[in-house]
Amino acid sequence: MILHLTILLSFQLAGEVISRGLGLPLPGPVLGMAFLFVALLILPKLADTISGTAKGLLGHLSLLFVPAGVGVVGHLGTLGTDGPALALAIIGSTLLALLAGVGAFLGVARLTGAKHD
Amino acid sequence: MTEIWTYLSREPLLWLTLTLIAYGIGDWAFKAADRRPVVNPVLIAVAILAVTLRLTNTPYDIYFRGAQFVHFMLGPATVALAVPLYANLKGMKGAVLPMLAALVAGSLTAMVSAVAIASLLGVRGVTLLSIAPKSATAPVALGVSEAIGGSPTLTAVMVILTGITGAVIVTPLMNRLGVRDWRARGFALGVAAHGIGTARAFQVNETAGAFAGVGMGINALLTALIAPVLAPLVIRLLT
Repeated sequence: MILHLTILLSFQLAGEVISRGLGLPLPGPVLGMAFLFVALLILPKLADTISGTAKGLLGHLSLLFVPAGVGVVGHLGTLGTDGPALALAIIGSTLLALLAGVGAFLGVARLTGAKHD
Repeated sequence: MTEIWTYLSREPLLWLTLTLIAYGIGDWAFKAADRRPVVNPVLIAVAILAVTLRLTNTPYDIYFRGAQFVHFMLGPATVALAVPLYANLKGMKGAVLPMLAALVAGSLTAMVSAVAIASLLGVRGVTLLSIAPKSATAPVALGVSEAIGGSPTLTAVMVILTGITGAVIVTPLMNRLGVRDWRARGFALGVAAHGIGTARAFQVNETAGAFAGVGMGINALLTALIAPVLAPLVIRLLT
């Protein structure tokens, strides 16, 4: 458990240092994910080592958003009179983005014959 | 009694424990409701905690002293997304073109339609700029917002609301459309609703979760690259 966390944090640290050092537009943890992915390709055994901890963490990924969500409640007032318009924009655009994304995925998958599992 | 409360309300222990309890209640309610998407565990936990803070007159920074330990785990959890990504490598290889198409379509639609709807409804200025990057993962969205002249605080609010919206509507929407391909469902959700969408995808199906993680990751990159150009352009055309 501690070893697994050390591995994950080391990749995050590497991502953070490189992202900030080079002024990249990607957040450190996202870059750390890319590095870990490459490491898994080179060392497939690493996957067996950390997969239990990774699954445990990702199975409760929702929990990790709770503190930020609580912070948002205090700021709902900043939406002010624009609140209803912004709510409609958020719901409408999320719906449209899901439709566009899934439509493009399935359309291109059909054209290129990419198999459905 | 007052003494105990003074101690508890200042130290991390109480708020960390309450965060876990509130999430436990949310997760229990979600399972008790047959995993119906409107019963979203994040939403329930946030509501319970917001009411608790209000009733006890606790400022957010005091709460966050305890909750930061949970918040901190977002970093390693994001790194851990590489594991299901690797496990689904075979499926990813066959889906590179569909993923690219879905990325471009989903990301552009999210940005352009959010700005367009808000602007048609009369939203202007800083607030309008702040909504553009809201489908990207929080750290990227905040950076983009600042770069284009939006308000990062306002963007943070809209990022979270977008994530919850995506997580709540995706399952009824996809079921109604009859989409059975978990790759497409997950990927579109990751692009449209970042980490909260990815968390939701993992609750439903592991393949969907892995594809959502990839969608979130590459949409972070695309949003960071194109939002600074696209958002001001759309606003100029519409207002």
